[in-house]
Amino acid sequence: MNDPVLQAEGLVRSYGKTQALRGLSVTIASGEIVAVSGPSGCGKSTLLHCLAGIIVPDSGAVRYRGQPLGEMSEKQRSRLRRTSFGVLFQFGQLVAELPAVDNVGLPLLLGGYQKRIADSKSLEWLQRLGVAEVASALPSEMSGGQAQRVALARAMVTEPEVLFADEPTGALDSLAGEQVLEVLTSHARQRNMTVVLVTHDAKVAAYADREVLLRDGAQLAAEVPA
Amino acid sequence: MSTAFVLLGLLARGPRHGYELKREHDNRLPRARPLAFGQVYATIGRLIRDGLIDEAGQDKGAGPERMSYVLTEQGREKLAGWLAAVEEPAPHVQSTVLTKVIVALFGSDDAVAARAYLSAQRRAHVNRMRELTKERSDPQASIADVAAADYAIQHLDADVRWMQTTLDRVDALHREVARS
Ligand SMILES: Nc1ncnc2c1ncn2[C@@H]1O[C@H](COP(=O)(O)OP(=O)(O)OP(=O)(O)O)[C@@H](O)[C@H]1O
Ligand SMILES: [Mg+2]
Repeated sequence: MNDPVLQAEGLVRSYGKTQALRGLSVTIASGEIVAVSGPSGCGKSTLLHCLAGIIVPDSGAVRYRGQPLGEMSEKQRSRLRRTSFGVLFQFGQLVAELPAVDNVGLPLLLGGYQKRIADSKSLEWLQRLGVAEVASALPSEMSGGQAQRVALARAMVTEPEVLFADEPTGALDSLAGEQVLEVLTSHARQRNMTVVLVTHDAKVAAYADREVLLRDGAQLAAEVPA
Repeated sequence: MSTAFVLLGLLARGPRHGYELKREHDNRLPRARPLAFGQVYATIGRLIRDGLIDEAGQDKGAGPERMSYVLTEQGREKLAGWLAAVEEPAPHVQSTVLTKVIVALFGSDDAVAARAYLSAQRRAHVNRMRELTKERSDPQASIADVAAADYAIQHLDADVRWMQTTLDRVDALHREVARS
């Protein structure tokens, strides 16, 4: 295995009485594409949010390149999320007031890029993902599948070191889903981008190098090597 | 052929007569084609010849229908080997997979073996889907190659979804199979 980018050890996370993660450990190597799969409610999104430093586990730790996220300040963590991580949430999260091109360009503007450069990179990604025609549309004017691809473009536009994608093709028909997965995985492989791909669909998991199968907040089977 | 293994699986629960084996085979395996008696006794003959079962004793009277059979140690091992072996992931293996799950459940006090088998089979299927996905992602692949790979991927996926659902209800299935 290459250097680990992310190491999670003994993650426990509850919501009230529901234990979403019960002592889960997983290591993700640099440049790996890992599918996280399992039935609905098994803790996939919760794991992804812990790995990306969006939520904090009740116990256990996540290390990014050896450094525990829990020991970083909130400021350090948010810089890490902005510069090294790209996150596609399961349920959209586009800014309702902005057209697609500005939604996608937003993380670049926050990172100090000029508007002109942000726009051109943004358009490039909208094109790659097959949604250039909605560049000037507001989220309320897009179909579910278009909005999902715009959100993916926003997660990819900064060329993050690690992409976290929660059901990236959940709203797409199979042909469009396939195109998006081809673009995503071939780009990741060329750039040695690490991808954590959450899905309950084995066809999507088959694009990854290996699969981490969850059941009730724990890892079910041994990880599957390619 | 899986019929021989089904008979071994039935004998895992204790000695049976030939006609009992036929009846249980027909009743237990969902939508199985009924076995002909000739086929039952031919299979029994082969299993005895291979040392996998033995004659356990004759009831009063004569004739093959009075004979009961037991599993030998060798037969038990052969059965366990078959139950643990993953089927080659190819479209349409599901009926063999289903037969294995049922046989694993009725010969056992719990669902552990059936669960282990289903998990291993699911893993083998997903590994095969991964290979096919790689083939179809090859820039050299023609559209016909892609369509052919897709055909296999989608069928394997149907089997995987069935395995997942069955894994989720395997304990209930065991209770039902063990009761009958
Ligand atoms: N904010 C929350 N408040 C309360 N319970 C939650 C919350 N988020 C998740 N849960 C619970 O935690 C468990 C795991 O949820 P999670 O969203 O991680 O599952 P998932 O595997 O992503 O499911 P799906 O495939 O449906 O997206 C579930 O039982 C869920 O009900
Ligand atoms: Mg989820």
